[in-house]
Amino acid sequence: MGWIGEIRLALRLLARDWRAGELTLLAVAVVVAVASVTTVGFFTDRVHQALNRQANQLLGADLVVSADRPLDAQFADEAKRLGLQVTHMLRFPSMAAGNGQTVLAEIKAVTAGYPQRGELRITDVLYTPDRRAGSIPASGTVWVDEKLLTRLQLKPGDTVEVGQSRLPVSAIITQEPDSAIGFINAGPRVMMNQADVAATGLVQVGSRIRYRVQVAGSPNAVDAYRAWVDARLQPGQRVESIQDARPEIRSALDRAEKFLNLAALFSVVLAAVAVALAARRFLQRHLDACAVMRCHGASRGRVVRLYVVQFIALGLVASIVGSVAGFLAQHALALWLGSLVTVELPGAGAMPALHGFVTGLALLLGFSLPPLLALGNVPPLRVLRRDIGAPGGMGWFAYVLGAVVIGGLILWKAGELRLGLLVFGGFVAAMLVAGLLAWGVIIAVSQLRSTGVSWRFGIANLRRRRLASVLQVAALGVGVMALLTLTIIRGELLQLWQDSLPPDAPNRFIVNIQKDQVPALEKFFAAQNITMPELHPMVRGRLIKINERAVSSADYTDDRARRLADREFNLSWATKMQKDNLLVAGQWWDTSGNKKPRSDQFSMEDGIARALGIKIGDVLTFDSAGSSYAAEVTSLRKVDWDSFNVNFFLVAPPGLLEQQPVSFVTSFYLPPGNVELLNALVKQFPNFLLIDVAQVLNQVQAMITQVSRAVQFVFLFTLLAGLVVLYAAIASTQDERLYQATMMRTLGASRAQLARANIAEFAVIGALAGLIAAAGANALGYALASRIVNVGYTFSPTVWAVGIACSIVGIAAAGYLGTRQVLRISPLRVLRQLS
Amino acid sequence: MVRVAQLTKQVTTGDSTLTILRDVSFSIAAGEAVAVVGASGSGKSTLLGLLAGLDTPTSGSVQVDGQDLFALDEDGRAALRAQMLGFVFQSFNLLPAMTALENVMLPLELAGAPDAAGAARELLGRVGLAARLTHYPKQLSGGEQQRVAIARAFVTKPALLLADEPTGNLDAATGAEIIKLMFELNREQGATLILVTHDAELSQRCGRVLQLVGGVLQ
Repeated sequence: MGWIGEIRLALRLLARDWRAGELTLLAVAVVVAVASVTTVGFFTDRVHQALNRQANQLLGADLVVSADRPLDAQFADEAKRLGLQVTHMLRFPSMAAGNGQTVLAEIKAVTAGYPQRGELRITDVLYTPDRRAGSIPASGTVWVDEKLLTRLQLKPGDTVEVGQSRLPVSAIITQEPDSAIGFINAGPRVMMNQADVAATGLVQVGSRIRYRVQVAGSPNAVDAYRAWVDARLQPGQRVESIQDARPEIRSALDRAEKFLNLAALFSVVLAAVAVALAARRFLQRHLDACAVMRCHGASRGRVVRLYVVQFIALGLVASIVGSVAGFLAQHALALWLGSLVTVELPGAGAMPALHGFVTGLALLLGFSLPPLLALGNVPPLRVLRRDIGAPGGMGWFAYVLGAVVIGGLILWKAGELRLGLLVFGGFVAAMLVAGLLAWGVIIAVSQLRSTGVSWRFGIANLRRRRLASVLQVAALGVGVMALLTLTIIRGELLQLWQDSLPPDAPNRFIVNIQKDQVPALEKFFAAQNITMPELHPMVRGRLIKINERAVSSADYTDDRARRLADREFNLSWATKMQKDNLLVAGQWWDTSGNKKPRSDQFSMEDGIARALGIKIGDVLTFDSAGSSYAAEVTSLRKVDWDSFNVNFFLVAPPGLLEQQPVSFVTSFYLPPGNVELLNALVKQFPNFLLIDVAQVLNQVQAMITQVSRAVQFVFLFTLLAGLVVLYAAIASTQDERLYQATMMRTLGASRAQLARANIAEFAVIGALAGLIAAAGANALGYALASRIVNVGYTFSPTVWAVGIACSIVGIAAAGYLGTRQVLRISPLRVLRQLS
Repeated sequence: MVRVAQLTKQVTTGDSTLTILRDVSFSIAAGEAVAVVGASGSGKSTLLGLLAGLDTPTSGSVQVDGQDLFALDEDGRAALRAQMLGFVFQSFNLLPAMTALENVMLPLELAGAPDAAGAARELLGRVGLAARLTHYPKQLSGGEQQRVAIARAFVTKPALLLADEPTGNLDAATGAEIIKLMFELNREQGATLILVTHDAELSQRCGRVLQLVGGVLQ
């Protein structure tokens, strides 16, 4: 028979098995697996895009090209050609006057369409509810922020002088998306229509104007545009996207992705367990069919081929159904999420469907191939002697192949070796420990031959099907562990992380404090009864050489490194390392006993060192205002950017930087509503730049909240997968239970006795699974906390209590429901079916 | 048709060796109907399994239509079975996931024969099940299941039909009908029939009776 005939026959066999319900469980397992993976995939894809966009709100656009000279028209033209929305902006510092006072303001001149990402909110009267602006200032008017209004003591409608223009204030800005992206633009804001800029007369040679072209649109177009821009950037021109944005936002995004990936990983694991159990059942139910086919002349290879083709077809169909289900489910999910969050989710890509297909086929074949190959070994003699059972020897191979498939899928889904290995290692260890523990406990419990015939019978069941029991305990244990990890542990980890952002984290930065102002500032804080915050000296310098090599952004391919090489660093000096820093290499300078460390050393932030390819021992040369100085990198630090404390990429010991132009910077916590203090501070020190980080903090926290919601949604699908595991576990022993219950009832056992025996059996399985799950979830929580989230973790008693109690009740109840049918069916019918 | 020479089958359980068949030799001509009788455990079913090449002997040989079964490998024996052999089992061995029609079609489908459905339908009509083509085994009575099994055994027009206690699971009346049907079909197709039974009436209908006692042919 040709291979087409062979495939046809396989498909016919598939249709017959399907019609007879032989494949339902396997198909449901694969459908749920693919549906959960694709739901997670589609959904995380969209959430990730949304998170990226929310992060982009801080930028006001998806991508910004900026320069200190007017940008060529081609930058805007190319963006438009790629279908991107384009707005222009000019930003420059200028004195603004009104009411007889002047203040250094940040002028922002915008064109219609601004902002492309995030929200510009305004109000008519200060401290009244604000609204979405929906437009930009009309030509001939300006919008100003609270800082400008209070400093100039203006009322709406008053005029502000900017250069040669006098423009009335028509609204007060309460929120603008791109105000918190860097600290340089933190002065009082005047926003005007770009059409009015020429009349101010401020655009002259030597003006410190930053020209910006801002674009937004589809990710593909933005990427294409970025590539185009990167190839044409001149010195002094810069391109910026969220990937280049501030470290704390990057780390929030990274973390969000990790949480979502973690959720996806557990769906994969649960799906695998379900498929494994269903495949095992399929094998057992097809021993006779194989024997008959062999007896009728089918060769061993042919039997295997027929089943493999059948399973590939099943996998494809189930994957299609699963992907469609996943797509629909994530739509429903997004609609639900849409009512909870204000961020609009972008459309899902096709990639998750492909991922679902690969996952479905890999899972199905990974866990059913060994049993299918084993089917080829069914002796044809089985047609005469039914007692010749399943061929042995494939068991370990099945687990190894399954483990390899699961490991591969986890690594792939984690998208990161470390996280993937951690989760995979945890999974394998959990399965092994769970199996051994279950084995031991089942033997121990089966010695308890005391009370009641039902209990005794239930326990005897466990012992007699020891391998099956161990498998069920391990699978359910891992399933419940995933559920626990995603509910309790996840909640606790997230809480820990949120707690690690203390409510009194600094929310105000003061930049540009001059040396001679320090005593006056100390006096000011003392008068206000506020502890003087620690001042950090700050020197701005450009990195010009690493060892003997001149630094150029062209030497780097990584965006971040290029930008770092191009801009001025903030350097500082200190005797002690800051509390939120962690030394990862080298040594901090020793200042004990008034020892004076050698001054020509740097301690560098680990991430930036890696980005720039700098190692311990490298000598860095900096240039500050024309004078250069060099020092050796003697230590690398990790910095907790979430702390919102003042931190520096480069710190030197005292003695190296003091001769350079220096200013001071500090951060402190200002309780909400204490605006008078800020006004008084600015009045006394007009040159200070006061930066409000509350806005940044709020946006980061909003992002975390959204991520936790997303993970909770994803968890619903993991729960579904867990239920399928449970059902598969019960179904895999259904035939045996049916036979046994029939025998028992024939011998006079009542239904109630049998029901109690089943409940006893499943309650023990539940208790064991819960025990293993709680232990595993705690261990996993600890590993994740210390390795990934970087927070301290204490073992959770809730996990033990909830895990064990819920799995006893849940698994006993589900076990009872799943086996109830066995008790209902008439013994005679069963005997006839089984004969 | 079948030539058995000094066939011996031993199985080892633990440290004891059990001889199930000892030096069994006989020949069966084409078209003959032969009954193998004996008490439980006398080695009847083992002999049948060896005649079908479903199992391998400890020593001795079986030739079917001139071919030495055990000179072939397992796949070779499978091919020979597909060509020449039909089976009827005591426990029917119908596949529960397939309808009556599909159970009968299966050997033809495995052989890649054209119009498997037509041939199967015709034979099911011949055994009186024309109205039950789409029924699953569990929806059929024992006698009906065995008729399906007989139809499946004859659908490939085998030269050699092996039957293992074909009436063992049936009541006397049904068993008698089944025997009648089997012999009719055997005559129509001119096949050689070897059947294992301890039904005296059944063995008397065969041209020859081989009796096994403790694995030895009397």
